[in-house]
Amino acid sequence: MGWIDTIIQGILLGGLFALFALGLAVIYGVMKLINIAHGDFIVLGAYVALGISGATGRSPFVVLPIVVVIFMLFGYVLQRTILNYTLGRDILIPLVVTYGISVVIQNLLLQVTSADSRSLKVGGIETASIALPGGLAIGWLPLLTLATALAATIFLEWLFNHTRLGIAFRAASDDRETANLMGVNDLRLYAYATAIALGVVALASLFMGIKFEFTPDLGSSFLLYAFEAVVIGGLGSFWGTFLGGIVLGVAQAIGFAINPGWGILLGHLVFLAVLVLRPNGLVPRSAAA
Amino acid sequence: MSATPATSAGFAVRRTTGTARIALVVGVLVVAALAALPLAGNAEAMRLVVEFICVLTIAQMWNFLAGYGGIVSIGQQAFIGLGGYALVAFVNHLGVNPFLAVPLAGIVAALLAIPTSYVVFRLKGAYFAIGTWAVAESYRLILANVQLFGGGSGESLTALVAIPLAVREIVTYEMAVVLGVAAVGGVYWLVRSRLGLALTAIRDSERAAASAGVDVRRTTLTIYAIAALGAGLAGALYFLEQLRITPDAAFGMSWIPLMFFAVVIGGLGTIEGPIVGTLLYFVLRQEFSDSGAWYLVGLGVLSILVMLLAPEGLWGLVARRWNLHLFPVRRRLDVAGETGTANGELHA
Repeated sequence: MGWIDTIIQGILLGGLFALFALGLAVIYGVMKLINIAHGDFIVLGAYVALGISGATGRSPFVVLPIVVVIFMLFGYVLQRTILNYTLGRDILIPLVVTYGISVVIQNLLLQVTSADSRSLKVGGIETASIALPGGLAIGWLPLLTLATALAATIFLEWLFNHTRLGIAFRAASDDRETANLMGVNDLRLYAYATAIALGVVALASLFMGIKFEFTPDLGSSFLLYAFEAVVIGGLGSFWGTFLGGIVLGVAQAIGFAINPGWGILLGHLVFLAVLVLRPNGLVPRSAAA
Repeated sequence: MSATPATSAGFAVRRTTGTARIALVVGVLVVAALAALPLAGNAEAMRLVVEFICVLTIAQMWNFLAGYGGIVSIGQQAFIGLGGYALVAFVNHLGVNPFLAVPLAGIVAALLAIPTSYVVFRLKGAYFAIGTWAVAESYRLILANVQLFGGGSGESLTALVAIPLAVREIVTYEMAVVLGVAAVGGVYWLVRSRLGLALTAIRDSERAAASAGVDVRRTTLTIYAIAALGAGLAGALYFLEQLRITPDAAFGMSWIPLMFFAVVIGGLGTIEGPIVGTLLYFVLRQEFSDSGAWYLVGLGVLSILVMLLAPEGLWGLVARRWNLHLFPVRRRLDVAGETGTANGELHA
C-alpha cells in the first residue's frame, strides 16, 4: 500500500508541476522564448495574492480573480515593452533579459518582504483530506490543484485548436513572416500569449503559495521543474506538458519516499534519462494533431 | 602577431594592430606587477586578486562558449563545483599535494564534460541553456548526498594544515596569476586558431560550417571540454583559497549572475569585454556591497538595458567609437595604398 500511496501523492504533486509548466509552454510554443523569470513570476504571484488578501481580509481564493487579471495585464505590458524587443535570431538576448528580470524580481522581493518564509492561509482546506479504503488519504487541496491543472490544459487545448486566436498563435509559431502576410499582427499576438501564460501562472502561484512555505529565492527551482515537465512531455500538445508534470511529480515522490535527499534529484535524473532515451519527449510534436 | 607578407597582387592580410602591440606591452607590465604583488606582503590584496582571477577565468570561458561559439550555458557552475570537489578528493582523501591537485582537478572537470555533453547536447539553443542548469543542479544534489564529502554541510581542506601559511598564500597566488594569463592568452590564441575559425563558423551557421567541412560535433565537444577545464581550474583554485567547500557554494546559482553580468555588460564576443566586465563587477561590489539586494537589482536592470540598447556591451561601444582592438582577432585586408579600410575587414 505504501507504494500506491507514493504514486498517488506523486500524481497530485505532478498536478502542481503541470500548472507550473503550462505557462512556460504557452510562451515557448508561440514565440520560441524561454522565460527564465517564469519561476519568479510564480513566486511573485504568491506575494501579490498574500498582499491583496492581507489588505482586504479576504481568502486567497476570493482574491484569485484579481491576481489573475493583474498578471494578465502585467504579461501584456511586459511583452509589449520588453520581451518583444528580445525576439530574433540571437537566443542570448531573451535569455539574458529574462534572467535579468528574474534577478530583479528575486531581489526586489527580498528587499521589500525580507527573506522570511510566508504562506497563503485558506482556512483548513490545506489539511483536509478524503479517506480512501486501505488507509489511503487524498488531500482536498492537491486534488483541487490537479483538477485546476486538468482544466487549464483542456482550456489551452481548446483555445489553441478551436478559436481564431489559437489558430493565429499556431500560425505565428509555425511561420512568423507568412502569418504577418495573412494579416496577423505578431507583436500584439505575442502580448496576448504572454497575458494568457501569466494568467495560468497566477493560478500556479495560488496553489504553490498554499502548499509551500515560500521565500523570494524559490523561483529558480520552480523554473527548472516547469522546464523539465515541458521537455519530458514534448512539444506536441499541452497534454504532453500535463503528462510531463505528472511524470516529474511521481519521480520526485518516489525519490522522497526512498530518501528525503533524493526527491528532487530523482526528478532531475528522470528528466535527463528522458533526454537520452526520448529526446523529443513523450508526446513529440510530429505526433500532434 | 603574424602578418602574412604582401603578395604580388599588392595586398596583405593583417591581424595585428599598433594598439595591440602597445596593449601587449602594457599587459606584460600588468602581469609582472601582479606577479610581484606578494613582495608587498598584503594578504588581503592577494586574496582579492585570486578571487578576481577565478571570476575572470570563468567569465572568459563562458564568453568563449557563448560569445565565440554561440553555445549559451547556464550550467558552467557544474564544472566549477566539480573542479572544487575533485580538489578536495585529491587533497583530503588521496593525499595528493594540493598544488599538484589543482591542475588534476581541472582535468577531472574536463573529462566529466564528455559524458555531460552526451546528455546536454541533445538540447539546442535556449533549451540547452536550461538543460545545463538542470545538470549542474543534479551534480549539486548528488554531492550533497555523498557522505564521504560531508553531505550537504561540505568539507574543509584539512590536509592543508601541514603547509605553512605563507607558502600556501604565495603559491596559491602565483598559480592564480598563471591561470589568469593562461585563460586570457589561451582563449585569445584559440579564437585565432583553426579551431576558433571553425567555432565562429558554427556560431554563424551550423549548416554552412558543416558543408564547408567543419566537424561540428567534434569542435563543439572540444570547446565544451576546454571551457570545463578552465572552469574546473578556477573552481579548484577558488576553493583552495577558501579552504572549505559545500555543494551550495560549489554548484550554487550565485555563479550564474557573475558569468552573465561580467560578460554581457563588459561585451560579449571580445577578449576585452570579460576583463572590463569583471573589473566593473568587483568595483561595484566593493562600492555597493552594503546596500544589500539593491545592488543585484541594479546589476539586473543594467544587464537588461545593455542587452536591449547596446548588445555589444561596454567594450563593444568603446571598440566601435575609437576603433580600438587590444586583442584583435579579425583578419584585415590591406590593399596597397589603402590600409585598414572597414570594408576590407574579414571577421574571424
